[in-house]
Amino acid sequence: MARVVVDVMLKPEILDPQGQAVQRALPRLGFEGISDVRQGKRFELEVDGPVDEAALARIRDLAESFLANTVIEDFTVKVEEGAEVAEAAK
Amino acid sequence: MSRTPLDTVEHAAATPDVELPWAELGLKKDEYERVVEILGRRPTGAELAMYSVMWSEHCSYKSSKVHLRQFGEKAPESDALLVGIGENAGVVDVGQGYAVTFKVESHNHPSYVEPYQGAATGVGGIVRDIIAMGARPVAVVDPLRFGAADHPDTKRVLPGVVAGIGGYGNCLGLPNIGGEVVFDACYQGNPLVNAGAIGVMRHEDIHLAKASGAGNQVILYGARTGGDGIGGASILASETFDDAKPSKRPAVQVGDPFQEKLLIECTLEAFREKLVVGIQDLGAAGLSCATSELASNGSGGMRVTLDDVPLRDSTLSPEEILMSESQERMCAVVEPAKVERFLEICAKWDVIATVIGEVTDGDRLEIFWHGGKIVDVDPRTVAHDGPVYERPYARPSWQDELQADDANKLPRPATSEELREQVLKLVASPNQASKKWITQQYDHFVQGNTVLAQPEDSGMIRVDEESGLGVAIATDGNGRYTKLDPYTGAQLALAEAYRNVATTGAKPLAVSDCLNFGSPEDPAVMWQFAEAVRGLADGCLQLGTPVTGGNVSLYNQTGEAAIHPTPVVAVLGVIDDVARRTPVAFQEEGQLLYLLGDTREEFGGSAWSQVIHDHLGGMPPVVDLERERLLAEILISASRDGMIDSAHDLSDGGLIQAVVESALLGGKGARLVVPDGLDAFTFLLSESAGRALVAVPRSEELRFNDMCGARGLPVTRIGVVDGDSVEIQGEFTLSLADLREAHENTIPSLLA
Repeated sequence: MARVVVDVMLKPEILDPQGQAVQRALPRLGFEGISDVRQGKRFELEVDGPVDEAALARIRDLAESFLANTVIEDFTVKVEEGAEVAEAAK
Repeated sequence: MSRTPLDTVEHAAATPDVELPWAELGLKKDEYERVVEILGRRPTGAELAMYSVMWSEHCSYKSSKVHLRQFGEKAPESDALLVGIGENAGVVDVGQGYAVTFKVESHNHPSYVEPYQGAATGVGGIVRDIIAMGARPVAVVDPLRFGAADHPDTKRVLPGVVAGIGGYGNCLGLPNIGGEVVFDACYQGNPLVNAGAIGVMRHEDIHLAKASGAGNQVILYGARTGGDGIGGASILASETFDDAKPSKRPAVQVGDPFQEKLLIECTLEAFREKLVVGIQDLGAAGLSCATSELASNGSGGMRVTLDDVPLRDSTLSPEEILMSESQERMCAVVEPAKVERFLEICAKWDVIATVIGEVTDGDRLEIFWHGGKIVDVDPRTVAHDGPVYERPYARPSWQDELQADDANKLPRPATSEELREQVLKLVASPNQASKKWITQQYDHFVQGNTVLAQPEDSGMIRVDEESGLGVAIATDGNGRYTKLDPYTGAQLALAEAYRNVATTGAKPLAVSDCLNFGSPEDPAVMWQFAEAVRGLADGCLQLGTPVTGGNVSLYNQTGEAAIHPTPVVAVLGVIDDVARRTPVAFQEEGQLLYLLGDTREEFGGSAWSQVIHDHLGGMPPVVDLERERLLAEILISASRDGMIDSAHDLSDGGLIQAVVESALLGGKGARLVVPDGLDAFTFLLSESAGRALVAVPRSEELRFNDMCGARGLPVTRIGVVDGDSVEIQGEFTLSLADLREAHENTIPSLLA
């Protein structure tokens, strides 16, 4: 069993109303010095079997077609530190 | 940043040989040459950005303008029209000092690419048009068209679009009171997402998009400007001038309805304190459009410092800032003495507001960036003097064949049993089925002034709580009719919307339209467009309802295949007291059912021909606008004088569709008799125009008949409200339970 993490973020050019709401709230709550906040989604996938290139390719495919809306979002796929890795993922 | 020398006006004059990517920005060679001729030099990158977006089909109406002129030339005399075509939206006098502004626009392509955000920002855009006129938005409507209901991509597009409309509109606190949902394979790659909005104001509150008075300040307020919605500008910015930039900016915009809500309140407060000289919303073409239109509609010029525009992304180039279509932004012109108060109001609503320029006494629009002048143009040449094309048009060769393929000759049901089956199949077909699953996702009653909402014939909103004054709006269009005969099809759309408004008891006053067509470069499409506009303009003249504005959406096609020509017509009406409205639902057993108007054998383009035979051919129903006007007068009088308790317009699906809807909504059945001279099939399924079904209380029967007789409207008593089934005497009976299951399960089972 290994864990693969998919992070989904709105593309940098896309308006992020949630992130902006958080950013605006910060100074009101006394937290200074944060000029921008962008909020994303993190998926933790428990993978059966080895996390080899084929498994990662499958995960990239599911991330692209289902977890992320690639019209407005980017995503990254990474294997969680400490997990068994069949081969060095990029 | 490693930008090579800023492309200022001076730089452009000194480097005439620099090649600009005008073709990539969508300009034709002669259009680019015209820009060079106007300026007397090559344009700067920023100027090219402005001309290219403002001279695009979407902003300049270059293919449609020559035809749209008819809406002005043939405009009927109307005391009601306060502001006509050309402003952000038309304004109509509805009496008691109130004015109403309304408009329909398209957001078709973005909604196909990203259904949720595309549809949501469509709502946002039309609402800002309403605010820009000085009105408080009070309701939205959404005429939608998708591909085949059972096509897998429809299941991607429709739920996203519906959620986007609901999400944005519900967050704004605006009731969604009307619209349509139509399925047809021709919209598979080109769904039509049209959005309409209504706003209410007092006469004295009308505001226009113009910048007058030298020294007045230009204030940009609302959301920060980001890289969204930039189509071609990125080419200009990245590939020609600075290869290091991300070369593909997304063309999709993301909306923030809570920001828009603040914008509404903030703008209305500024209006209330009379702080605003001129105002414009930022929609397509963003700042390019707002600055050039404000300046060219005013008396002077304008000077803008682009460095002062608040940015969400500091790497944006000036070209991108000018073209950005970031949502929820507006531009106001304010006298210097009132700027402080204006900014205070914005701060109170947590809206970012920045002075970005001022009105000058010259006649140039000048824009500066990092101290250099990057734009120096006559704003009229950008905003109004765009290219105008007399595109060739020709009646397509297949039109005769299509019209000769007569739907009246299709095989008809041979037995009562077959007729019953076909009726059941029709009321369950996606286009005729209940759209409750869709419309229930919208808030209909927020603000507490909604009198009628879908599935009523028109949406109705109370304007004045004391007097009961209200307005009604209906949107209609039928691409199948229009394909068969564009002139007649456009008039049928107008007639149906007009009739729908009258059916609820309101008097039709004015029209807005959203004209959805294929590529204007195809002479066949251009002919459809020309014919439809001519039909609509003639129809509006005859009905006395001027077109107050609208929108044209061209290039709705996939490859060679254009959508059916689809003019969507919105008619606005006024009712003195909303308590007098007429609903669709049957109210009381024993009431008499009357069919108003004439029924002929008319099946061309009908729902029956589509559902039973998958056929499109022949001629659409005949239009008689004088009859429509008479029918409307009768419906309005009958409603005002309490002679009818329910009424339903007859359109696609014919009489039986109307009876089934009224019965299911009221939970009361009906017994019908086929009148002499008609066969049951024609009686139930013909789509002859100019007809309505009304339920008359027995006590009013004499008075109602007398009125119709005196005014010469054919009326036929066809039955009575009764029981818990729909019975066609001598033919068949369908229980309400069976009908309900057929009518209401289709859409959820396909899409939920």
